Amino acid sequence: MSNEVGAGADAPGRPRRSWRLVLALVAAAAVIAGVLSFYASSSPDGLNRVAEDKQFSSLEQSHDAEDSPLAGYATSGVDDGRLSGGLAGVIGVGLTFLIGGGIFLVVRRRSTT
Amino acid sequence: MHVPDGFFDAAVSAGAAVVAAGGVAVCLRKAGHELDERTAPLAGAVAAFIFAVQMINFPVGLGTSGHLMGGALAAILVGPYAGALCVTVVLIVQGLVFADGGLTALGINVLLMAFATTVVGWLVFRLASSVLPKTRASVTLAAGLGAFVSVPAAALVFVGLFALGGNADLSIGSVAAAMTGFHVLIGIGEGLITAATIGFVATIRPDLVHGLRGVLAREQAALAEGTA
Repeated sequence: MSNEVGAGADAPGRPRRSWRLVLALVAAAAVIAGVLSFYASSSPDGLNRVAEDKQFSSLEQSHDAEDSPLAGYATSGVDDGRLSGGLAGVIGVGLTFLIGGGIFLVVRRRSTT
Repeated sequence: MHVPDGFFDAAVSAGAAVVAAGGVAVCLRKAGHELDERTAPLAGAVAAFIFAVQMINFPVGLGTSGHLMGGALAAILVGPYAGALCVTVVLIVQGLVFADGGLTALGINVLLMAFATTVVGWLVFRLASSVLPKTRASVTLAAGLGAFVSVPAAALVFVGLFALGGNADLSIGSVAAAMTGFHVLIGIGEGLITAATIGFVATIRPDLVHGLRGVLAREQAALAEGTA
């Protein structure tokens, strides 16, 4: 079943590595956030819809991070909507992977020692 | 379901932040037992994947949309404690960098979308797995069910918190009915996306699916018994 051959191959009895699946998930995430997100529905989500129906949506205050260069999933300074949103999405995927992966590598169980 | 600033009073916002911080501390300790050097980077990739899929709002009819929350998906792939941390990382990045989800509401959002969904999604998944035949197909179905239930469950936690400290004087029954109605519809999408993703990973790398560990151990035991 394992098609990893050569120097990087998994030794028998050792668990198979995960980097292919990691790469596949991050690549899929980059395509989804970078390209497909452009086609997302712009209708209000469930909570916003209920807030409108029940007339409490006016409670919403401006966001403390509204001046962030990526606020609202748009890249400031990039005029093209498709590019602006796609770039913001890809940056978000990269940030989330690095921060999440970093935390999980620190807390993981060590197999030796 | 990202709660903006202004929906909740200071007491509930602060209380939720304290509870969320305590929960994250517990998860940080427990996640170490779920992750090893192979699954730690996988958990990072799962967080990135959830960030991306959360950008895809799908229409659920009635001029309303929803997106994946991902708590059930993450719990089944990498374990409930690591899974809750995956969604928490996504929420922090969204709040701080993308101005999505209020910063004073971050604790509330973590309780709703990171904790309620992973706890309920994982419990329903385990319950369904214990009832269904012990096969890999059952794992996909159980994953979909857990994800489906997790969304209206999170909506009800919102309603409970809103009853405690929402900044609007509303009939809680009517808010509960509306929140549950829309989030049952969104839950169908959550269930389908989760079942498809778990089914895919379970096909190519079942050994990396946390929720499949019981089934794989059974298969190995049966295999060992057969050859003995």
